[in-house]
Amino acid sequence: MADVAELVTYRDAVADGIAREMRRDPSVVCLGEDIGAAEGVFKTSVGLFQEFGARRVWDTPISEQAIVGTAMGAAMTGLRPVAEIMFSDFLACCWDHVANEIPKVRYMTGGQVTVPLVIRTANGGGLGFGAQHSQAVENWAFAVPGLKIAAPATPADVVGLMAAAVRSDDPVVFFEHKGLFASRGEPAPADHVVPLGEARIARSGDDLTLVALAATVPTALAAADQLAAEGISVEVIDLRCLIPLDMRTVLDSLQRTSRLMTVEENPYQGGWGGTIAGIAADEGFELLDAPIRRVAAECVPLPFADRLEDEVIPTVARVVDAVRRLAAY
Amino acid sequence: MTTATTPTPALTDDRLLELYQQMAVIRRTEKAAQDLFLAGLVKGTTHLAAGHEAVAVGASAALRDDDYVFATYRGHHHAIARGATPEECLAELMQKATGVCAAKGGSMHLTKADRQMLGSYAIVGAHLPMATGAAWSAMLRGTGQLAVAFFGDGATNIGTFHEALNLAAVWRLPVLFICENNLYMEYTPIGAVTAVPNPAADRAAAYQLPGHVIDGNDVSVVYDAVRQAAERARAGEGPTILEARTYRHYGHSRTDPAKYRPEAEVAEWLARDPLVQARSQLSARGVADDRLAAADQHAEQLVRDAVAAAKAAPEPDPATAFTDVWADGSATWRT
Repeated sequence: MADVAELVTYRDAVADGIAREMRRDPSVVCLGEDIGAAEGVFKTSVGLFQEFGARRVWDTPISEQAIVGTAMGAAMTGLRPVAEIMFSDFLACCWDHVANEIPKVRYMTGGQVTVPLVIRTANGGGLGFGAQHSQAVENWAFAVPGLKIAAPATPADVVGLMAAAVRSDDPVVFFEHKGLFASRGEPAPADHVVPLGEARIARSGDDLTLVALAATVPTALAAADQLAAEGISVEVIDLRCLIPLDMRTVLDSLQRTSRLMTVEENPYQGGWGGTIAGIAADEGFELLDAPIRRVAAECVPLPFADRLEDEVIPTVARVVDAVRRLAAY
Repeated sequence: MTTATTPTPALTDDRLLELYQQMAVIRRTEKAAQDLFLAGLVKGTTHLAAGHEAVAVGASAALRDDDYVFATYRGHHHAIARGATPEECLAELMQKATGVCAAKGGSMHLTKADRQMLGSYAIVGAHLPMATGAAWSAMLRGTGQLAVAFFGDGATNIGTFHEALNLAAVWRLPVLFICENNLYMEYTPIGAVTAVPNPAADRAAAYQLPGHVIDGNDVSVVYDAVRQAAERARAGEGPTILEARTYRHYGHSRTDPAKYRPEAEVAEWLARDPLVQARSQLSARGVADDRLAAADQHAEQLVRDAVAAAKAAPEPDPATAFTDVWADGSATWRT
């Protein structure tokens, strides 16, 4: 483990990841609200405007349809735009482009058109922003054929997945978790690329496989720490991406542990954990010694107060409790 | 805000005749699409553009071959004007493998990307910001290309119209917004649901852009207006909004007999048919009738051959349902 002074924040990793790609490829341009001289409301574009200037980093009006639609037109004609939608809740404002235009144009033109763009957005709860600025909406994108979905949990993965997303010829929705911005981790090495669709075993274990994404990774790891003291050995898988979905790593792990649980911040109904559970039941039923369990957010709008939010989104205590019961099954 | 531009060189007789012939090809292709639908050979829906030919053909004649074009679900005429053949368009409508989108798009999505006709989009207004983006890209890459969005009057009440116009104006992008105002938003008169009389041109003032209402049934007028707007855009002066007044000869879509239109209105607009107007302009210039007849015959034969070829073409291989989702050609979403 590096000295704390050598650790970097998830927030800084976002700007670092974008800057590395902009240095490498002059066709990478950024657009979004307040991303220029203001350096982003979450300070995730610090230094970009200063280094790359106004022809590479563009402030837009509050016009989500124009941001994403413009990025699409630019991506179709030779650029690699990185578009910021400030809060993931606002994806609803440009949902036509995210769900109907960008992911379908290659298919419905018989492969004539390529749309290499990244839509970055701050996802999830934990900061007390209330119901319209706190949702975990990766499941929205998960329901749309034609989008790739990355959701890193660590600063190094932010950089590595950003590199893969920007270089991808397919459209990628890149969920940065706002509850992780202040978290710290190892810096990414030079030329760090994490291929889309390769999950990471964040902690090895023998008794139960816990599948997590973005902010639920540290939640799952904290739960695993507590459970280890009780003699329950939990393997934590950080999916990193929802599409492509690395089911191979999940099923391989299940083969060793025989118990499976998912930890999602999006609501239970329609959540990605349902797909993982479905595939595991379909293709890995004989590997299971217990029912598949899912911990997810409750089906209510995200409340404002911390105390209320804790009731709704997965906490370490809820995960620990659920694992204990599943391990004892 | 209008900037002076140099006068557009008039179309020569030969060039005007060429444009007339292109319009005649489009008209017959639309008629063929209608007939094939009635014969049960075109499935789904179609939104025919018969009556709108002068907008697509006049504008295309004023553009460079490498300029980007984006169209709507009523886009057969733009696709053909920008280089898609009637055969590949009709084959697409007939769900054939030789269709311009390999039978994955259909009538509402005709696309000819290798001719920079970057698609027809069936969600009203969705493509306006795409054209803005293509213009932004052209500006950043310094290519001198333009982007053009063709759209209907109905799109002017959609949020994307305003978002795309504002951004294009603020960034001074080389993009032309060309509204085909055919007086009806689907089945409803556009005036009944719009706060201004000229739904596109009147909104231009809100973005400090030039907005012009033009005769969309006169191919020479469209050519002139687009030529001047293109010159302005290429000079870095930014976008222009052109509202071309025109009329559709058929209903909104294949199921609409358009009974809601007053007979006198229909008669007035049919008398101003863009093909009839171009023909009389050519005659007035002294272009011989046999040359006009030859243009008609050429169009007739081209479309007849296209129909035959499209009918004879094979259906798509079912395996192609699982190609072209991703850039590597595959549709695989998991390991």
